[in-house]
Formats: sequence, structure tokens, C-alpha cells
Amino acid sequence: MQESVRRLLPLAAIAVVVIAAPLLFPDYRTQMALLWVMVIFALTWDVVGGQMGYNSFGNVFFFGVGMYACAVVQRDAGLDYYTGLAVGVAIGTALAVLAAAAIGAGLLGLRGHYFAIGTLGLGIAAAEIAASWDYIGAGAGLVTPVFPGDIQDRTLFYYWLCLIVAVITFFTLRWLYAGRFGLAINAIRDDEDKAEAMGLRTTRYKTVAWCVSAFFLGMTGGLVGNMVGFIDPRDVAFAGATFGVWMVLMAILGGKGTLWGPVIGAAIFHITQELFWTWLLGWQRVALGLLIVLIVVFFPQGILGWLRERRPELFGHRVDAARSGPGRSG
Amino acid sequence: MSNLQILIQAPIFSVQLLIDGLLVGAIFALVAYGMALVWGVMNIINVAQGELVMLGGYVTLILYQAGVSPFLGIPTAAIVLYLIGLLLYYLVIWRIVERDLFVSLLATFGLSILIQQLANQVFGANVETARSDLGTLLLFGGSITVSEIKLVAFVGAFIVAGIMVVFLKYSRLGQAIRATAQDARAARILGVDTQRVYATTFALNAAICGAAGALVAMTWIIHPYLGLAYTVRSFMIVVVAGLGNLAGVIVAGLGLGVAETFAGFLLGAEAQAAFVFSLLVIILVFRSLLLHRQRKVLR
Repeated sequence: MQESVRRLLPLAAIAVVVIAAPLLFPDYRTQMALLWVMVIFALTWDVVGGQMGYNSFGNVFFFGVGMYACAVVQRDAGLDYYTGLAVGVAIGTALAVLAAAAIGAGLLGLRGHYFAIGTLGLGIAAAEIAASWDYIGAGAGLVTPVFPGDIQDRTLFYYWLCLIVAVITFFTLRWLYAGRFGLAINAIRDDEDKAEAMGLRTTRYKTVAWCVSAFFLGMTGGLVGNMVGFIDPRDVAFAGATFGVWMVLMAILGGKGTLWGPVIGAAIFHITQELFWTWLLGWQRVALGLLIVLIVVFFPQGILGWLRERRPELFGHRVDAARSGPGRSG
Repeated sequence: MSNLQILIQAPIFSVQLLIDGLLVGAIFALVAYGMALVWGVMNIINVAQGELVMLGGYVTLILYQAGVSPFLGIPTAAIVLYLIGLLLYYLVIWRIVERDLFVSLLATFGLSILIQQLANQVFGANVETARSDLGTLLLFGGSITVSEIKLVAFVGAFIVAGIMVVFLKYSRLGQAIRATAQDARAARILGVDTQRVYATTFALNAAICGAAGALVAMTWIIHPYLGLAYTVRSFMIVVVAGLGNLAGVIVAGLGLGVAETFAGFLLGAEAQAAFVFSLLVIILVFRSLLLHRQRKVLR
């Protein structure tokens, strides 16, 4: 009883804060909603990039697919706002998962460098194709339907939706990592050939992991498209230079291959960005590049990885069992 | 697809496209050759490859704007980029040479963003070009035009590649580079200073990119965001050709140039970037399917 109370207390505190925050600080709702989007980005990147050891630079592809599919459904289906949104998000999510399954069959056979550069190409190819496809607005982008209600309600509505998706993502991933699936994708990260030799159907697990990632990204894409209100192919939907890079950076910053690491990384990154980056006056993206180099070269194990090395007892490891961090990534 | 009609009705036009494509392809092959060098010797995929090309272009552009002939830009860009390459090596790259793939990929990826955004801040996002004031050749009674600067770029690319081949084959340092590529540990035991070899390799690659960038700036256009396309193109070329296969790199480079020119003409110029990046995905998937034929038991 004592133990479970002590474990639940921090979670309860977080719950109170995230529910109270938008009501107390209505001016910052959009930023706070974006924080949850960032958490989803980092968590979903970590499924494939951290837990499975496949560096993907193209996860933003699924985000964009979900966003465009949702917006097109809202535009063409002629439903009222909420039904349209629900149907749009559902179709966007389904399309993103389908795309992941279809592309995964080809791309996930690639390893290492080939996979990383292939996914990089995927994200940019999608942006360029979207920018020249007239049906979805080409380079001019798409405008999502207007929210029926005032702007305060709108931001609050999307804050709740983003929060709910983030929480569902977190607990789904926790459940998945705790079971056979988590062990399987960790085995793929540690030694894919051995895992396969042991009889693990690696390609199937890799595709499922990629689809899990796409599922939540597609869903978030639909929501963010409506939250932002305007879909630009290169800067919002398939925003490789911002969202695509951030998701990698946040996951590494917090500690890739852990559950809480991406959450912490996303929170720190997003808050720092909101607080300080306006001071940099256009040099933000330069700082972003520098930050990636510094973190990757000097701090690749991330905050949680570092903590686990220094204080293994916090993680329930005995000291002799405390192998963690950089040595594990393949 | 309406442009397909033009090609069918005027076959001479496809000769024009072919020549244009071959001339572009030589520069792609040159950049890919540099990437293959670093990949082979240091086992690093340099994602910042295209950004080095872009920097070389800006060196030439600065000289051009200062009134110097852009032809002097080729050696100058190579020298400046050699120094930048050394600087990058001693600041960042040496820390990632023997680290795992994750670190080397992401670190060079970070470098590419850093260089690209720095260029954007320093030079501005405008599209620029360094005009060389060369004329245009008319072939076959004027039905085919070849601008002389593209010919110069074509020949220049081969000269730079030729210098590199001779250097790697006959010079002492070149032999050390090849020895390190074959087996770094053995080379170290035999007294090769592998750190220096790595530094030289990376700097040489940067110099190659610099020369290529100078040719790009003179022949076409440069802007801060053109880097990634060159990285992806050279990666594609090396993947198709295989490491350490110079003839393959040249053929694949020229082939890519031709394919891209035709795609740009048929699909429209705005779809050319989409074509390049889609082609990358298609080539990689095709390659993985080829490998899959060996794996019949588990799927």
C-alpha cells in the first residue's frame, strides 16, 4: 500500500498540474498543447529509433499523411465540424498506418545507414510531392475548417485532445514495452541477426513497431492541422527541418530507449525553446544544429541514461546489473 | 506529360536533354566520389556533404562579387574548403570516427543543419549565381545548344577526379589512405598515423566538394538549402555503384544526371526535387528486395 501510494503520488501530481494548467494560464494554451504534441513526437520516434535501434529521419511523413488526409476529409465530406474532425482523424490515422505497413515492407528491410538516409528521403519526397499536387492545394497549402465557437474554446478543446492522445500514447507504449513486443524490438536493436536466428519474425515486429509509431503520429497530425489552421506542405505537414529534427533531438536529449526519457526531453526542449529562442532572433535553427552535434557527440546517452549510470539504484538495478546507456545501441 | 509529345515529334530535343544530363551528371559523380572516399576510409556517411558543396559555391560567389574571375574560384574554393574540412575534422569528426553509426549519422546530420542555417543567416536565402561570361556552342546547325560553361564544368569535374585518382594511387599519403581504408588497425601497426589520414581524407573530400560547388555556382544556381539534394544524390550514386568503384560512380552519376534532366523536362521543373528523393526511396527499396531474394525462410 505504502509503496503503491509513493509510486502513484508523482503521477497524480502531474495529472493535477496538466489539468489545472490550461485553466490557470489561458494565454499559453496553444504552447501547452504543442508541448503534448512534442511529447507524442518524441515517444513515437523512440519506438523505432530508441527501442528498436532504427534511426528514422522520416517519421514526420506519417504526421503529414494524417494531417492532409484529415483536412481533405473535412473539406470534401460535407460533415459538420465535430463529426468531420472525428472521421477525418480516424481516416488520417488509418491511412498513416496503411502507409507505414506498405512502406515498411520495403524500407524496413534496410539497415543502418541505408534505413536512415532512406527515411530522410521519404520525408522530403513526401513534402515535395505534396507541394506539387493540386488536389491537396499544392504549394499554397490547405486551410482547415473554422472552429464553431470562440478562440478560447478552440485552444482549450485542442489542448484536451492533444493531452488525451499523449496520455494514451504513453500508456500504450508502456504496456507494449512491458510485454513480448518490447522484448522483441529490444532484441532487434541489440542484435538483429541473432534475434532472427532465434526464430523471431523480425520483419513483422519491425513493421508493427513502425505502424504503432505511425498510428499516433497520424492521429496527432489531424489534430495539429486543425489546431494550426493552415497546412503548408514543407513547414507544417512534412516539416522535416523542424518537427522531423526535433523529435530525434528530444528523444536523445531525454534518453533514447527509455519510456520517460522522451517525455522529459520533450518537456525540457519545448520549454527552453519557448522561453529562450525568441532571444536568438533568427539564429534558432543554427543553435538547433549546434545542439544536435553537441548532444550526440558528448551526451548520447541522454538525461535518463546518464542518471541510470550514475544512480542505478533509482531504477531498481543492482549495481552489477547496471549496464545501460551508450553501449547498448547497435 | 504534354512535354512527351515534344520529345516524340522532335527527337533532336532528347539529344539536347541527354547532353545536358551528362554535363550535370559529371558534377554529381564528383561529389559522390568524395562521399565514397570518406565512407570507405572512415566508415562515415557524411550527411553534410551537400552543405560543403554549397559552401564551395558561396566562396566562388564572393570572389565573383569582388570582381575576380569565377574560374579562379575553383582552386580557391577547393583550398578554402580543405581548411574548413580540417577544422570540422578537428572540432567534431575525430570524435565520431570509430563510434557507432547512430552517433556518426546524427552528428553529421546536425552539422549539415548547422552549416545550412549559418549560410542562411550570413548569405541570405536568395538564389544566386556567378556568371562566367562564356558563350554558347551551337551544334547540328543550331538545333542543339551547349553552354560552354557546362562543358568547362564537365571537363573540370573529370580533371579534379583524375587528380584524386593519381594522388591516391601514387603518393605516399594516398597509399596510407588506401591502407587505412583496407584495415585501420593493421595500418596503425605498420606506422601509419591514422588520425592524420582521417583528417586528410575528410579535408580532401571537403576540397572535392568545394571544387564541385564552384562549378555548380558557375553553371547553375546556389542557395543555402541546396545541400541535402546533393547529399542524397551522392548517396544514391554510391549505393548504386558500390564502394571503391570509380567507374561505377561515373556511370551512375552520369545516369542520374540524364534521368533527372529528363524527369525535370517531362514532369516539370517543380517536380524535379520530388523525383530525386522518390528515386532514392525506390532505389533503396529495390536494393533491399534484391537482398531479400536470399532470405527465403523467415519473413
